[in-house]
Amino acid sequence: MPPTAPRGGRDAKGHVLSAWVGTSVQRVEDARLLTGRGTFIDDHPPVGNVHHAAIVRSPHAHARIRGYDVAAALRMEGVVAVLTGADVAKACKPFGVGVTAPVHYFPSATDKARFVGEPVAVVVARDRYLAEDAADAVVVDYEPLPAVVDPERALDPDAPVLHEAVGSNLAGHRRLVYGEPDAAFRDAEVVIRERFRFPKYGSTPIETYGLIARWDTLDGVVTVWSNFMGPFIMHPLTARVLGVAENKLRFIVPPDIGGSFGIKSSMYPYIALIALAARKAGVPVKWIEDRREHLIASSSGTDRVAWRELAARKDGTVLGMRYKWYDNVGGYIRSPEPGCSFRPTGNFVGPYRFQHLEVDASVVMTNKSLTGPNRGYACGHLYFETEGMMDRLAEAIGVDPAEVRRKNFIAADALPYRTPTGGLYDSGDYAATFDRALELAGYVELRREQARAREAGRYHGIGLAVAIDPSVSNMGYVATALDPQFRAKPEYLPKSGATESASVKIDPLGRVLTILSSTPQGQGHQTIVAQIVADELGLAPGDITVVDEMDTFTRPWSISSGTYSSRFGSIGTSAVALAARKLKRKLVDYAAHLMEIPAAQLEFRDGAVRHRTGTGPSYSVKELAGRAHWNTESLPDGMEPMLQATAVFGFPEARAVDHEDRVNSSNTYGFIAEVMAVEVDPDTAAIKILKYVTVHDAGVIINPMIAEGQIYGGALHGLGGALYEEMEYDDSGQPLTGTFMDYLVPTASEAPDIDIAHVVSPSPLTTLGSKGLGESSSMTVPAVIANAVSDALKPLGVRITELPMTPSRLWRLIQDARAEPPRGAQT
Amino acid sequence: MSEPVGVRLVVNGVAREGRCPPRKLLVDFIREDLGLTGTHVGCEHGICGACTVLVNGEAARACLMLAVQADGAEITTVEGLARGERLHPLQESFREHHALQCGFCTPGMLLTALDLLRVHPDPSEADVREGLSAVLCRCTGYHGIVKAVLAAAPRLRE
Repeated sequence: MPPTAPRGGRDAKGHVLSAWVGTSVQRVEDARLLTGRGTFIDDHPPVGNVHHAAIVRSPHAHARIRGYDVAAALRMEGVVAVLTGADVAKACKPFGVGVTAPVHYFPSATDKARFVGEPVAVVVARDRYLAEDAADAVVVDYEPLPAVVDPERALDPDAPVLHEAVGSNLAGHRRLVYGEPDAAFRDAEVVIRERFRFPKYGSTPIETYGLIARWDTLDGVVTVWSNFMGPFIMHPLTARVLGVAENKLRFIVPPDIGGSFGIKSSMYPYIALIALAARKAGVPVKWIEDRREHLIASSSGTDRVAWRELAARKDGTVLGMRYKWYDNVGGYIRSPEPGCSFRPTGNFVGPYRFQHLEVDASVVMTNKSLTGPNRGYACGHLYFETEGMMDRLAEAIGVDPAEVRRKNFIAADALPYRTPTGGLYDSGDYAATFDRALELAGYVELRREQARAREAGRYHGIGLAVAIDPSVSNMGYVATALDPQFRAKPEYLPKSGATESASVKIDPLGRVLTILSSTPQGQGHQTIVAQIVADELGLAPGDITVVDEMDTFTRPWSISSGTYSSRFGSIGTSAVALAARKLKRKLVDYAAHLMEIPAAQLEFRDGAVRHRTGTGPSYSVKELAGRAHWNTESLPDGMEPMLQATAVFGFPEARAVDHEDRVNSSNTYGFIAEVMAVEVDPDTAAIKILKYVTVHDAGVIINPMIAEGQIYGGALHGLGGALYEEMEYDDSGQPLTGTFMDYLVPTASEAPDIDIAHVVSPSPLTTLGSKGLGESSSMTVPAVIANAVSDALKPLGVRITELPMTPSRLWRLIQDARAEPPRGAQT
Repeated sequence: MSEPVGVRLVVNGVAREGRCPPRKLLVDFIREDLGLTGTHVGCEHGICGACTVLVNGEAARACLMLAVQADGAEITTVEGLARGERLHPLQESFREHHALQCGFCTPGMLLTALDLLRVHPDPSEADVREGLSAVLCRCTGYHGIVKAVLAAAPRLRE
């Protein structure tokens, strides 16, 4: 397959380093996955005598637990133990949460159940069938309580309160002020207001959560094999809950994870729960989540009600904005929430240069399942609202929506750019990338076609959306949830950082082993790393073996390690390239010693150390490796034996949130510009995508095929949330979408064709100039399709403010609009 | 629980037998009793298609069948497609077209596509999309999968 993007990977002098970086190398992962030889968590028991867990879950959305009767379950065939919420309350501490409100979140319900599906007990038996049988026999005495699922209703003074210790359902609230938003609104010639609703949806990886826990009471080590994508901050959180030292809690992740999209970062409470069950049962315990459990009780993004205000001049210049929202995190606030509100802090303003912003963020608890990172974490919400507002501004002042965006972009020569909220945009040319998207879509012609279609009585619409695509979270952003006064206390310990490590080893025959600390879920890290190391050492990808199985006992890792927030393309690749370069320097020093020539006169080129003049002898990697391993006497004095190097890459700009709530919440920032044309059938409310163009600037692209795969997948997640997917509840808190028959995800028939292009603005902050793009269009599709459908239905005065646009919801809007005369433009 | 019963079947051309409770799902029997873990479980209610295998040549959801129902049947799983180290042309096509990322739905996708190409040896893109809508993939946006199946069709007709 030919490369479809500009090739990158240049060194400081501008020399092209790459034979492999920038090309669509086929994936080394594929052979095993295509032949059924992958190693997923459910495939092979890593340890003997594994028993199986079935989890008893609350059928009530809100209920006090008065007691448990497990006697009958314990008498059943094959059952070895039952762990109840009472055991959990005695055995562990609650998880730390990201807010100061006293929310006591345990691995299972203890005093009350607060959502349908919350674990209340665990049965351990010889096999899963027997465990399920016995789970049915566990009797839990519930006192049902009134439930609340709507975040606005949950804040009413008379609403049922989930956590008595908190006193209300407000888990946290921050009002963040940047610049002088009140003055911006005073000076405004145009003010736009709108209310939006964003749905609760999750990316539902086809492989569910799974883990095996062993609690060795002799040496005190708790070993957990799982498809967790951390360790992330959740390893120390889990160690604290279990009351074990961090060096006694071992997380092992197998080579293959069946998708995650952020969702598997929220499985850590189950790690604690099954570990407790393993301790009680005295045997290793395995639990594989079933699909119903996943749909009612794993994780999703938040549903959000948002109110937006935009202040502008008549010429379309945005002066400031006000954001207000209620993010619904469900029955408990589970870390890393309230990232739902604060993950995009540094890029709250998107690609626009306005300086005045107020953010009023409330994080609300209701009797729904819990939330956490989901592809595009918090950014799908953000851009759905912002881009909807930009279209409303365009309409209000009577200019083309493309013009309004162009008017407000941060100029290319302003980059690197510090946003008013503390973000440091590292590189990009937003106007040029946007124009590329318009050109690729044939925007002018699309508008002409639209005019012809409208004349013919058809509903054609064109949507635009642009977004800053943040990657590599600075974990310090989570503290934005805390008041500055709280953060100013002497006992408060600031948090910041984003680090990743990699090791490169050369064996005696000159072949290379590269060891990562990542936990990929389909992103092709082995392939990408082989490309990078092959380029650095002048080898072929086939000469590089890449190990990406996480083991917290053997891999270098730290608090932020893991595969999330589009980290790998930016930070993981940087660590790999640095490690290879470190080793390369050692090879040059060693060769200098062997050749008795100063190292400064040598260079590493085409897989060998050579004289810079190009004359004289050279030493290949293989020659140096054999000598270094077999004859350590040949090493110069003071040189460490063995050919291996470990590099740790950290972003210096990942600082703690400051006293004015500014934080560089991510570390590299890409850009996305999209154009979508649709036709809406007013009688069936069917939406047909006529054209969809997405242009990305993610810096240097290492493997265009893999990068495009990420964009296709991300776009379809965004489309699912925009059109089909919602975890729905009735008013009593009963989930209505417990199967894939009810929770509809896009199939091959719904997947649109996508025209993808790249613009390359290399990041000055990463070793190879690359940025992340794993979340990519998941954050823009809700905005672009909502804008396109609103544009299509403009003659009827219908504006999309709520997702998903299911046929019934859209049909109702169209019918209501047809019953009324069209509304005028709103100002 | 009721006594285990014997199940004999031919899997990927090899006669296999085992004993399991009558309620055991075919997919669990294939994975646990026969050790063929290439067949994956994604929903256990017949929608996601990850567990699809061929039963007497036709695609079937191994999560919706009991092992005892497959007694006497010929089963093809993903492990039965390659000839030694040589990939099946459909597998090759999946690799060429980046038709997989995490690979979890891939076994079900391959066997569903094989069944589709058996019924429609020369399918249109719409045929492929409809046929593959029996299997859910959350990684690829289906783009590479559709291309891979269309590209494999002429190779399989040969």
